[in-house]
Amino acid sequence: MSPVNPSNQINRAPVLEPVINDFVVKFANVNGSGSASANSMFAKAIFRMGIPVSPRNIFPSNIQGAPTWYEVRVSDKGYLGRRGGQVELMISVNPQSMTQDVGEVCPGGYFFYDNTYPLDFNLIRDDIHYIGLPLTKITNSNFEDPRLQQLFKNIIYVGSLAYLIGIEFSALESIVIDTFAKKPKLVQPNVDALQLGFDEAKKAFANPLPLQLKRSNKNDGKVLLEGNAACGLGAVYAGATVCAWYPITPSTSVAEGFEKYAKQFRVDATTGENNFAVIQAEDELSAIGMVIGANWNGARSFTATSGPGVSLMQEFLGLAYFAEVPAVLIDVQRTGPSTGMPTRTQQSDILISAYASHGDTKQVLLFPATPKECFELTADAFDIADRLQTPVIMLTDLDLGMNEHICDELVWDDNRRYDLGKIMTAEDLDNATEKWGRYLDVDGDGIPYRTIPGTHAEKGAYFNRGTSRNEYAVYTENGADYQRNMERLEVKWASAPKHLPKPIITERNATNAIGIIHYGTSLAATHEAIDELSAQGHTANDLRVLAFPFHAEVEAFIERHEHVFIVEQNRDAQLKTLIVNELEIAPKSLKSVLHYNGDPISARKIVAGITDILENQDTSANVA
Amino acid sequence: MSFYKPSFRHPSAPSNELGLTTKAYEGGVSTLCAGCGHDSISAAMIQAVWGLNIEPHRVAKMSGIGCSSKSPNYFLGKAHGFNSVHGRMPSVTTGANVANRDLMYIGVSGDGDTASIGMGQFTHVIRRNLNMMYVVENNGCYGLTKGQDSATADEGSKNKKGRANPFEAIDLVALALDLGATFVARSFSGDKDQLVPLMKAAMSHKGFALIDVISPCVTFNNHAGSTKSYDHTREHVQAGAVLDFVPMAQEITLDQIKGSTQKVALHNGDSVRLSKLSDNYDPTDRHNAIRTLLDHKAQDKLMTGLIYIEPESENFHEMLNVSKTPLNELKQDVLCPSGAALKSINEGLR
Repeated sequence: MSPVNPSNQINRAPVLEPVINDFVVKFANVNGSGSASANSMFAKAIFRMGIPVSPRNIFPSNIQGAPTWYEVRVSDKGYLGRRGGQVELMISVNPQSMTQDVGEVCPGGYFFYDNTYPLDFNLIRDDIHYIGLPLTKITNSNFEDPRLQQLFKNIIYVGSLAYLIGIEFSALESIVIDTFAKKPKLVQPNVDALQLGFDEAKKAFANPLPLQLKRSNKNDGKVLLEGNAACGLGAVYAGATVCAWYPITPSTSVAEGFEKYAKQFRVDATTGENNFAVIQAEDELSAIGMVIGANWNGARSFTATSGPGVSLMQEFLGLAYFAEVPAVLIDVQRTGPSTGMPTRTQQSDILISAYASHGDTKQVLLFPATPKECFELTADAFDIADRLQTPVIMLTDLDLGMNEHICDELVWDDNRRYDLGKIMTAEDLDNATEKWGRYLDVDGDGIPYRTIPGTHAEKGAYFNRGTSRNEYAVYTENGADYQRNMERLEVKWASAPKHLPKPIITERNATNAIGIIHYGTSLAATHEAIDELSAQGHTANDLRVLAFPFHAEVEAFIERHEHVFIVEQNRDAQLKTLIVNELEIAPKSLKSVLHYNGDPISARKIVAGITDILENQDTSANVA
Repeated sequence: MSFYKPSFRHPSAPSNELGLTTKAYEGGVSTLCAGCGHDSISAAMIQAVWGLNIEPHRVAKMSGIGCSSKSPNYFLGKAHGFNSVHGRMPSVTTGANVANRDLMYIGVSGDGDTASIGMGQFTHVIRRNLNMMYVVENNGCYGLTKGQDSATADEGSKNKKGRANPFEAIDLVALALDLGATFVARSFSGDKDQLVPLMKAAMSHKGFALIDVISPCVTFNNHAGSTKSYDHTREHVQAGAVLDFVPMAQEITLDQIKGSTQKVALHNGDSVRLSKLSDNYDPTDRHNAIRTLLDHKAQDKLMTGLIYIEPESENFHEMLNVSKTPLNELKQDVLCPSGAALKSINEGLR
């Protein structure tokens, strides 16, 4: 923050140039105070005005009373990554964090606060503007119930913002109506509170701020949702019937999302019975055990967890790899190691997931970047797991999972059929001309045929196990049998990419000077950074990895670019390690841009990291 | 130990109602030590499933890791089995069971697999009242790693090197009773007359059924001073409630009943008939079961038989309200909402 110098109080803060649809508003709240729904209403109103907006919660690992923030970026250009840096408008509703919050306002920016009580003199900066509104006084004089005072205080500041930065009142009103569709009595009091805030602000300030929102049409065909809910919905569409999970931030809302949509679509209308089961397990070991048991028995089943859960699931993931049982695991990554920062984001479970479990193991990974991809790749994950008869680990993260993001609307093709992979029915077993062997590579793709328990009275039964066995599932300690099986698993691994989503490559420069590789939630920030780099004269191509094992395109992309950067949200350049290891690429030919402080990565940091390397030609990792 | 299993069976071997002899219920050749109690339990398993007229392939055999967990390979060769990871059989069984409620789930575990590494999952599968038979082949030691004490080894019991176990034993029966298990039994691998009907009753019980079977380890825990040896078990065993299983269709006479009898109806119409060696023993009274168990322990007696049963209880499928049709049989038309439904979801996300 800028140093506070009381003697300079007479200085006038700089005045911001009027700006439309391009600024950041940050709310500083107390967690557990009901601010989340008011803040979400704010972002959604902007979305409904057709303006690109990206809200992000920055919240503590705490239930009530600690500081929490909500940062909303408005970007007419459609940049949805975190912008980073100071903000133009701070809505300060939490005295605990005021010192920090004042410091985060950019010169000329605005600090909106509750002036029912005088502001601490030490919080006065001479380069920013203070907008005081007596929120406590207004709520206390309008509402008697202390709980309502608290809740409506949040709604009132949103109403004030409608006046100050030009949120369409009708957009806010429509959200209130939708939110309380089932409790219509609550609509009018909330609309009144919004109006109260609007009127009070108008009374106090003759002019709105130079930061203004103006209706646009950029959100046509778009939706706003959280990645975790999209994963849960994807699992419903994919036909998952058994969800076994153990609560852990930030993955909890995946299971909750699945249950919500399953209750909507999977309750038998006549019997009232559930065509699904959600099991809250006693721990993550048990959760993945249930998933493996259900999939072995022919039901599509998944779990959702975060890093500590993936650590606990290692042994079972090895069993599923070796015994060839399908399983779907959604890992909503958070900041590790250990308990780390449980409510902050990171992409740091790449290596533990790719090589999960002891022995020679490799696991299929998927990297969604948007809620739409969360939906689609979750649905795909079940087909892939069944097709390859192996676990599929989808690596999303807290930023994607727990924040609302704008994305293209979700689409489902009614002609799409589930790919259940190679399953022998009773009829198949009867018609087989040759003896069926559970681990026999009949088709040359390394993928054997499986049977579901209870299928046939005489044929197809076998003892599924994590111990070595031959092609006919008979226990063996014969080294040649063991090795043949391990080699078949390698053949299967080599056939995997054709069942996996290909990387997405965007070509902008035929000279192939700069190639940027990224994955998951670095997408928005990377594309914004590429625009910025281009303006600086560094045009870059990019490749976004969607799956592991890697497609041939990844290696080809690396080979044809002079400078290859890999953008990651972890300290140890985990995807780079995986690329170096699997594709036998010289480590020094890949430069890393790493970000791992727990905040979502921003374009500014990527630009700084890349230009720094380009200008210094320093091949060592650049920590942005 | 034998390496070859003769295929000849007595031509007049009786058939069950499915027309199958016990041969149809056998498995592979056991690789356990000659005289291992676990093999007797496998033999009892064959008798029990055959006697219940269950098609072999409609059984799922579930296990963890250890000597006990290998044994599902030695019975019901026509049934699928899942030899999972150490101590985690309950979770795998839970997932499998929820996926297909129509199979019969037989879980086989050991004292290490259950009372140490698997203690957490054991307690939680009981809380869920999962519809399964959970057999603990309890020998008080770790066989595959050469005879270390397990958590069910009695305090003071001597291992093969003569060292007395200093730790209190975990009594799985007492624990199960405390956790609210709805069927709790104990038996001895050397008493097939008791074990077979207990298994039949356990498999007919709609809910979680535990049978803790003392099954001596002939190689590492069958010496003088061990409290899990054949000799010690035979000397201390007390048949608290000898039982016979009575299918609903055919009432059979019980020849071994000495005292007064009590009949307990099972959920599916079958019943178990108990001979009460003690006039005041009521296996539907949990408080009394716990008290009697402790009394036996105080007198250095091993209480066996059906110790507790709650015939009518809500099992896991009922708690979850899952469809009567097994979840693994539901097809895409039932499971997948339409593209049109997704359009209306999109509308709610704007």
